[in-house]
Amino acid sequence: MLKDQTAIVGIGETEFSKSIDSTELNLACKAIKIALDDAGINPDQVDALGSFTYEETPEFEIARNLGFGNLTYWSQAPYGGGASCAAIGQVAMAIASGIANVGVVWRSRKRGDPSSRMWSHTNEHIFDHWKWSRPSGLVRPVDESSMLMRRYMYQYNYDRKDLASVSIALRKYANCNERALMHHKSLTLEDYMNARMISDPLCLFDNCLESDGAIAIVITRLKMAEGLNNTPAIIHSYSQGMSKEHQLMTHYHSDDPLESSSYVTASNLWSLSDYSPKDVDVAQIYDAFSPMIPFSLEAYDFCPKGESLKLINEGLIDVDGDLPVNTSGGSLSEVYLHGMNLVTEGVKQIRGLANAQIRNAKLALVTTCDATPNAAILLKGE
Amino acid sequence: MIKSIPIPGIEDFDKPYWENCSKQKLSIQHCADCKAPRFPPRHMCPKCQSLNHEWNIVSGDAILWSFVVPRPPLLPVFENQSPYVVGLVELIEYKNIRIIGEIKSKSDIDSIKIGDTLSVRFKKINNEISLPYWVRE
Repeated sequence: MLKDQTAIVGIGETEFSKSIDSTELNLACKAIKIALDDAGINPDQVDALGSFTYEETPEFEIARNLGFGNLTYWSQAPYGGGASCAAIGQVAMAIASGIANVGVVWRSRKRGDPSSRMWSHTNEHIFDHWKWSRPSGLVRPVDESSMLMRRYMYQYNYDRKDLASVSIALRKYANCNERALMHHKSLTLEDYMNARMISDPLCLFDNCLESDGAIAIVITRLKMAEGLNNTPAIIHSYSQGMSKEHQLMTHYHSDDPLESSSYVTASNLWSLSDYSPKDVDVAQIYDAFSPMIPFSLEAYDFCPKGESLKLINEGLIDVDGDLPVNTSGGSLSEVYLHGMNLVTEGVKQIRGLANAQIRNAKLALVTTCDATPNAAILLKGE
Repeated sequence: MIKSIPIPGIEDFDKPYWENCSKQKLSIQHCADCKAPRFPPRHMCPKCQSLNHEWNIVSGDAILWSFVVPRPPLLPVFENQSPYVVGLVELIEYKNIRIIGEIKSKSDIDSIKIGDTLSVRFKKINNEISLPYWVRE
């Protein structure tokens, strides 16, 4: 069993910026060293690694730069925004099962430069599933997300003004977080309504940031965690999820396209857990695009289908709401690192050391991308 | 960035789809054994795991399920066309078969709405590929 066997004991973040004059490998090494120092663990104790299939810094380079000892486990989780909690869960399982003892999960990414946008490298001939959408001009992830948002707005009678509340709520958190890229920039409803459209009905502020940086975390068995520097963020439950007839980013062909893979992850996560949605004190919801927050809140059963935007407008996800969400500013307003900042923010909340600290936060949900095969973890304090 | 539109690569399991599109006909892949329809086309029937498939011509009449209006930054070929409308359409003959295609309208694109009834047309890209798109009736 995985439940409560392992914990996140160290977190490390480099600076976050639109442009950092450094390589991804250099940033990865820095973030991992910071995370190990934070935990109080010597690099030669690390014997497990977890990363993303999209990660371009190889395990052996990481290991020989940091001076790790002999490694006995490593794995990579696929699907970009769907990967962070999967990479963490897989390393946690390796440790819980006795294959390894100390694991590092990292993501280093230089995505600040517009030329690094993945869609801009679309090939002239397409042989994967994107052949069914990209030739017609549905090319970017934002277009793919926007398709589902317009349908959601139609089905549940919402408009852009309702969706604005998501980006505005996250920006308020970023305004409290000095490390957030949008720390000094306010966002009003008027700013939002006047913003340029990127893929109507989604505008500029519905998109995540384009940024450079690296984040790492350290995982150990709970018994070891108790002798280390920090309050452990215990990995209470974990699941991956991929729904029937799922198609990556263009989940348009199942019986109900608004029922994403998050519904599968959520259902299994809750069944493996001692808790229910009402017990969660704070949630970090993957937000490459703002619609993913209302979609995920419904998938994880925080509210009935169609009600999340109404509740967000009434303050659900604000610092004094029933479920504060993305309390560092998230991918929309802190930094976009494939959701790894959501993991570190979940840990900070459990430690009681977040900028927008939720009082007595004992249970934090961290999710990954609603539009891909995905995963989630439930972190708890002692 | 590529200068042309991205072109679908033809594979064994979807070759008839593109051949039919080049003849201005929309066709849907069915299992040759259990007859279940499926889209997008694929190698194996998810209902009975048969590798045999056949193709049925459909009218192409559809209902607009949802749509977006992409704005720059885009691939150059689409940036030149922007604003344009891309829709996800649901076929009249098969309620749960949905296909992506451009949506064209004689009137202002602002009047396009979910639930509009559409009919299929084809745009020739090269000798092997014609892309389906839909027009408002």
